[in-house]
Amino acid sequence: MIHVIHPGLQTTIQDGGRIGFYEVGMPPSGAMDKYSYAVSNLLVGNNENASTLEITYLGPTLEFKVDTVIALTGGDIPPKINGELVPMWETLEIKAGDQLSFDFVKSGARVYLAIAGGIDVPQIMGSRSTYTLCGIGGLEGRSLQAGDKLEIGTDNERTPIVGARIEDKYIPTFTKKHEIRVVLGLCSYRLTEESKERFFAIDWLVTPEANRVGYRFSGERLNFVDREQPFGAGSNPSNVVDLGYPIGSIQVPDGVEPIALLNDAVTGGGYATIATIISSDLNKMGQIKTNESVRFVSVSIDEALAARKVVKNQLEEIKQQLNR
Amino acid sequence: MMSESTKVLAAIPGMFYRKPSPEEDVYLNEGDKVEVGDIIGLIEVMKTFYEIKAEKAGILESFLTEHETMVDAGQELAILTEQSE
Repeated sequence: MIHVIHPGLQTTIQDGGRIGFYEVGMPPSGAMDKYSYAVSNLLVGNNENASTLEITYLGPTLEFKVDTVIALTGGDIPPKINGELVPMWETLEIKAGDQLSFDFVKSGARVYLAIAGGIDVPQIMGSRSTYTLCGIGGLEGRSLQAGDKLEIGTDNERTPIVGARIEDKYIPTFTKKHEIRVVLGLCSYRLTEESKERFFAIDWLVTPEANRVGYRFSGERLNFVDREQPFGAGSNPSNVVDLGYPIGSIQVPDGVEPIALLNDAVTGGGYATIATIISSDLNKMGQIKTNESVRFVSVSIDEALAARKVVKNQLEEIKQQLNR
Repeated sequence: MMSESTKVLAAIPGMFYRKPSPEEDVYLNEGDKVEVGDIIGLIEVMKTFYEIKAEKAGILESFLTEHETMVDAGQELAILTEQSE
């Protein structure tokens, strides 16, 4: 069992996500940075869908009541066991009575804490991920609170090797300026040519409204092509007839402040989606903090699929190295 | 009498406020006495307000960050001077 002494700012139980219900309006939730999430589970010998703790900006203080094995991956929020700094991206041994705490965030935004066996909470629609807006999944559908007790699960697949470490080339680094690749569309035809150019030309600042639902950016106004709005579309030029919103899609309500929709977002609606973040860069998106800047880079579907393959291959290589 | 200055840091990035709400007065003025656990300000991020609390008792010497400005994690918010007899 794990005792939550201090919950951190927003610490939730997340796994690979609640997949298969998007068409009925249920977003997947799940780890925002799937790469770091997957590596944390590999390091402790868990199966691919084991639940982890997703820690945002400010780390919790946890006390372990049993001997176990853990791993921490993701952004750099330096972890400490009993007050001593310990490495991330490495399989760590925990003794009953050990306390895990964290220093202030240095880079990135989210840390994944995997525990051998995962965290035992009920599966809701096939997933243990917390979806706080609906109050389902995880621990009572909410972020952790002081006094919570977490039970360890049985999602082990392999015996982990304490001291196993991920090679540096597989460890992402995060700065304060980010490039995020997007595929233009579905409704980019609604933007003026000039605004389309400006969208890719400026650094967008991440506002404090940046969470698991979406990230809002400030920069400059974007303009839409004049038209008579079709039947079923709202009157604002940023409106279209309702459509499904891809995860990572970017909309610009009223042309002011683009919003990238992420894991806990609404699944459809009537705003023109001008571009969609490619799946491999959603991992990076999850490591971006308020007050940092993003430059969007346009890529083709083929480039997006190639980037996805790179991530998949990296995870496969890590898996093979850890199995050796 | 000994005095030692410590800097109060922002634990998280976000919007820094010195008031509990726009209509109310600031939590603390420069020169005010502070007890452990007193609220120095708020940081708003992800629709959450995080309270910055004094970890030591003393005098709030000065603010290094203005009300309603964006801060980064680790940014210096205020100087607190501890006093011991």
